[in-house]
Amino acid sequence: MGEVLSTGMGTLAAGPPPRGVGIRIVGLAKAFGEVQVLRDLTLEVHPGETFVIIGASGCGKTVLLKHLLGLLRPDAGQILIDGAPVANPGEPKRYRIGMVFQSGALFSSLTVGENVGLWLKEHRVADDGAIERIVTEKLALVGLADKKHLMPSELSGGMRKRVAIARALATDPDLMLYDEPTAELDPVMTDHIAEEIVDLKGRFRITSVVVTHDLNMGCYVADRMGMLHEGRLVEVGTPEQIRRSTNPVVRAFITTQTKGMGGA
Amino acid sequence: MRRPGLLAGTGAVILRLLQTVGEVLLLLGQAVRASRAAPRNVDKILAHMAEIGNATLPLASLTAVFIGGVLALQSGFQLAKLGAEENLGGLVGLSMVKELGPVMTSLLMAGRVGSAMAAEIAAMAVYEEIDALRTLDIDPVRYLVMPRVLASLLTLPILTVYVDVLGWIGGALVGSVNPRINVSFHTFFSNLRLFMEVRDVLDGLVKAMVFGVTVAIICCYVGLQTRGGPREVGRSVTRAVVLSFICIFIFDYVITRLLI
Repeated sequence: MGEVLSTGMGTLAAGPPPRGVGIRIVGLAKAFGEVQVLRDLTLEVHPGETFVIIGASGCGKTVLLKHLLGLLRPDAGQILIDGAPVANPGEPKRYRIGMVFQSGALFSSLTVGENVGLWLKEHRVADDGAIERIVTEKLALVGLADKKHLMPSELSGGMRKRVAIARALATDPDLMLYDEPTAELDPVMTDHIAEEIVDLKGRFRITSVVVTHDLNMGCYVADRMGMLHEGRLVEVGTPEQIRRSTNPVVRAFITTQTKGMGGA
Repeated sequence: MRRPGLLAGTGAVILRLLQTVGEVLLLLGQAVRASRAAPRNVDKILAHMAEIGNATLPLASLTAVFIGGVLALQSGFQLAKLGAEENLGGLVGLSMVKELGPVMTSLLMAGRVGSAMAAEIAAMAVYEEIDALRTLDIDPVRYLVMPRVLASLLTLPILTVYVDVLGWIGGALVGSVNPRINVSFHTFFSNLRLFMEVRDVLDGLVKAMVFGVTVAIICCYVGLQTRGGPREVGRSVTRAVVLSFICIFIFDYVITRLLI
């Protein structure tokens, strides 16, 4: 079993009390054919914490997220969310997960409003009037309340990401997962999305796991970060601890010329 | 790595085929189980029924009239040689109802609507929309597959009856205007009524329902299995339509053999 390289939880910003679930991953391993993507990965995320996972493209970050969603089953190891093994999608569970996919994954045949309200409608959480109000409220959180009647194809990439965030929030999640939330976005839009994540952190304090190779964005939103390399977490700490890391793998990743950490 | 021999290669193909058949049947079972939720999804089912009708009706109308006409032409000439042209109505009518109507309608549906089903679901699979449904705890089979299967089950028989009638009209038209056949509308439809039984119509409707479900489940299955990018979406559409065609022909023989 790999050892948890935890140097202590960063200080959470003052705000509402943490809610959301804790995550405990022990010895997670996953291979696709002969390619070992994750090996002996061990990680703990505390309730209310925003944990950012960084790493090179193709190192298994998205595969890890899919395990948390129950879309993939591990070859070995255990994943506990809120103390219970990860449920398959559709199975009853004590918590709700909101997921923001890299591409947004908005349903192209539905309007923005229908996308955001889909979970509410399909699970009959509320009547049409209440759903309409909740949809407006969630879209207002991401500044897109006036875009309710547009189709996803009419939105920019940044808007699609924000609608995806609103859709995830409509489920009132205990755990938010973000898969490369700022991929393919310009610097201005990257700032907007990062601010959204920080704003949501301040408002709701739900547990969040953000997967990204955007180091500066990751530092900005994280309470703690972990670097994934060759299927394992090689370093875990606060953004400042990561910045000061002497691990050669981490230093090689964070000190690159074009996308390295500022001041690393 | 050695290339597999003929026996190993054949075995691998058969195993893949059996696996596919098993997975399609599994999906069908899941869709049947999900049909408990049909009353809550009436709007989706009706929308798909309208889509099937709108997409298939124009081409089916044209095809039915001309197929009925050609059938009347081909068989009318032969019957006239034997002095039995007054049986044209029964021959054309039964051929449409028992065979050409259901087969032609389902082939058209597979080409027009089945391809669109496969394309839409394949694109959803490729762009992570299926995964997004699962993360929202929405069962993709209940949300996507079941409404399409039920819509096809309900719409194909209706379309088939429509195609049958148009085929009769086409056949009667050709029979009445062609001087070598020269069978009046009255003679055509009287003969049709003489030979046709309720059971003949029901046989055709059973085929239509089976073909409709077959096309829908195959196209949904192929769509859900799609991985990769836009190129794979195109391949899935082709694969879905070809598989649907093959299954329609196979099931047509099997059902005909069982019902005779």
